Amino acid sequence: MSDSATVADHNPALQHHFADMEQQQQAATMGMWVFLITEIMFFGGMFLAYMVYRYMYYAAFVAGSQAMDFWYGTINTIVLICSSLTMALAVRASQVGQRKALVALLIVTMLFGCAFMGIKAIEYTGHWRDHQFPGASFHFEGPDPQHIEIFFSLYWAMTGFHALHMLIGIVVVGFITFYAWRGRYGPDYHNPVENVGLYWHFVDIVWIYLYPLLYLISHKHTG
Amino acid sequence: MSAHVVPKKTYITVWGILMILTVVTALVSRIDLGHLSAIVALAIATGKALLVVLFFMGVKYINQKMTIVVIVAGIFWLAILMVLSMADYGTRLWS
Amino acid sequence: MAAIPLPGAEHENYLNKEYGIRSWLLTTDHKRIALLYLLSITFFFFIGGFFALLIRLELLTPAGDLVQADTYNKLFTMHGQVMVFFFLIPAVPAVLGNFLIPIMIGAKDLAFPRINLLSWYIFIIGGCFMLYTILTGGADTGWTFYTPLSTSFLDTHVVAAAVAIFIAGFSSILTGLNFIVTVHRMRAPGMTWSRLPLFVWANYATSIIQVLGTPVLAITLALVALERLFHFGIFDPQKGGDPLLFQHLFWFYSHPAVYIMILPGMGVVSEIVACFSRKRVFGYKFMALAVIAIAVFGFLVWAHHMFVAGISLYAALVFSLLSYLVAVPSAIKVFNWTATMYKGSISYTTPMLYAFGFIGLFTMGGLTGLFLAALGLDVHVTDTYFVIAHFHYIMVGGMVMAYIGGLHFWWPKISGRMYPESWGRLAALTIFIGFNLTFFPQFILGYLGMPRRYWQYSPEYQVLNVLSTAGSTILAVGYVLPMVYFLWSMRYGKVADENPWGAAGLEWMTASPPPTFNFDETPEVTWEAYNYGEAKEVPVER
Repeated sequence: MSDSATVADHNPALQHHFADMEQQQQAATMGMWVFLITEIMFFGGMFLAYMVYRYMYYAAFVAGSQAMDFWYGTINTIVLICSSLTMALAVRASQVGQRKALVALLIVTMLFGCAFMGIKAIEYTGHWRDHQFPGASFHFEGPDPQHIEIFFSLYWAMTGFHALHMLIGIVVVGFITFYAWRGRYGPDYHNPVENVGLYWHFVDIVWIYLYPLLYLISHKHTG
Repeated sequence: MSAHVVPKKTYITVWGILMILTVVTALVSRIDLGHLSAIVALAIATGKALLVVLFFMGVKYINQKMTIVVIVAGIFWLAILMVLSMADYGTRLWS
Repeated sequence: MAAIPLPGAEHENYLNKEYGIRSWLLTTDHKRIALLYLLSITFFFFIGGFFALLIRLELLTPAGDLVQADTYNKLFTMHGQVMVFFFLIPAVPAVLGNFLIPIMIGAKDLAFPRINLLSWYIFIIGGCFMLYTILTGGADTGWTFYTPLSTSFLDTHVVAAAVAIFIAGFSSILTGLNFIVTVHRMRAPGMTWSRLPLFVWANYATSIIQVLGTPVLAITLALVALERLFHFGIFDPQKGGDPLLFQHLFWFYSHPAVYIMILPGMGVVSEIVACFSRKRVFGYKFMALAVIAIAVFGFLVWAHHMFVAGISLYAALVFSLLSYLVAVPSAIKVFNWTATMYKGSISYTTPMLYAFGFIGLFTMGGLTGLFLAALGLDVHVTDTYFVIAHFHYIMVGGMVMAYIGGLHFWWPKISGRMYPESWGRLAALTIFIGFNLTFFPQFILGYLGMPRRYWQYSPEYQVLNVLSTAGSTILAVGYVLPMVYFLWSMRYGKVADENPWGAAGLEWMTASPPPTFNFDETPEVTWEAYNYGEAKEVPVER
């Protein structure tokens, strides 16, 4: 373990209350993972609600799912998976100290994120126009519109909170990009890049579940 | 201190598998599997999530056991929430 | 190893290192942040207490003469929300835990000092929303926000209250996150898990609950807000939504939240009992495992709040049985404190009096909890004053006792001054008497059938209600006393040396008050926790 007393070892990024960089890095990583499990529980509440109502009103959920646009959902899934790849490569670039590659990959990641948000916005506009937003103006042709309204309530809540997380992710990646451009990160210090990466991948995973649950409830089966 | 650097090829391979699984799950949803379809969809999603966690998030390469404990705890608590709540909904109509 | 202050000379410490408002508002020192929390939660404690007194005043007579029914609904709602979310939950963790955990494990600070400060600011923002709610007329949902009452029927500031608690929840999450990482990563050399003080174990267990439970409350309140603002139908029975789903989600957090409130108190009591019995805590490993067990089991029992709400009978049976599980580790704690005192050389100092109070009152609160977990009996006493008495025995008799006891125990460390011992004992006694007089009659009232949350009652309940109101007045005096003499002691109290109690533990091996980085040199731990070897008298004025 490095002795922080020697000048050569003392990294300017080392905060005073840590003994060495290793302790600081391990604390940061662990803190991020603990934060991510709070996020699991946050979304978990909505997934429980989804599960309960899908169990109670399966037919309405199938009908609601069929009103989703298959292509928007699928393309957005692909966009997010690509953004996860560029994010993983960005973290790698920071580990090996390739500043230009790091900045470029972070920017590409942000662009993918913006693409996702753009497609989501188009999709939301369509649902809004078609009176598929819960509340007084909600309207749905076909049997059981009430329970389909619950499906749409969950749809808006789950994708809405997911989109909020995307937005926060894009902003944070923006800050990290700025500091990366200034050359703050390298092989010795790249916790912030790693942590924002972990966050980004987590948000991706949430979508990986939302996609089949909202868009792909058995298209043929109507029981 | 230096992190385990994963070859680019690994990341790209994982990305490829994720893309294939996305296509598979989209196609499978068009086939009528009855109640199996939900299980298949969730299984594929979990497979994808696992790939992201292990490779992109680097859990496979981390030498801190604590991280794995934290993740397992998170999933375990989510399971508590879901299983015990469904224990209510699943048995309400029994009499 | 530890800095010994020169007699007479003020050593540099965390209090006198810097002066001025900026040095406090921008501090990242865990000890200063603890004091910021101390001030904030004391403020909210007196607001919540004010509502409590109004409630008791209204219940002095059977008729609804002091306030209208609507106002009464707001009073108990605001009392509950302020006390639970803005006093009890942050009380021991954010004040004593914040101050002590880094010192107890031999660290310079928490793992994330800036996040620690951020958590206080988040708490203050949440607190401002709460104050806004109160000042603009309050909410009247009950602290539980039950739907569809909260979403479809009330015309009060429900969203503002929900936002306040949503925000304050993040402060709680960040504190928990900080503690978990700190305990894992910041321990001094030699400070192994089996050498950690039980106070640290208790706060660690609490943090687990805060981190895993609070987000569920956050999303639940967010969904309630969405229902009110945009008429989402997730909990709305008119649209086929299930109000019981709200209760499941709410209690998934709010039952474990009871353990957020009690576990750190148990940690405090372990420290006090060991110190003033001059003995190692009996069954250290079981005590440590018991707090973790309570934290885990606490998540398996939530639906015992919903027995009469219409959940499945079979699920209710399971939840009832699981609820009994929590009694096992709780009983281990009580037995082991008692065993620690057995044949110890006990000194009856103020903190020890509070610890005695805690053990007795917690036992009563816990045992009556078993009544409520019993499926059949619960039908009779649910939503009566029996429930009120039960959880006040845990939260006030347990947690507040432990919190005030802990403040006395560590006051010399926090302020560098001794509090006046005889006044301390007087206040402890006053609080104990006032508390029992307030809440014991409520057990009887509840058993006789007086329902909770009504501003009127049948005249035959009046005698017991008068006793309860009288008790609450005594209790109020008991709470004001420590505040007065703590403030007094900061200027006139006897100067404390680094270990006035002759206690074990790293926090007693550094100066009082501690220097900014806690220790001049990182300590190396070579001894077990609570190494009270030869019993020595506690130097206390008689």
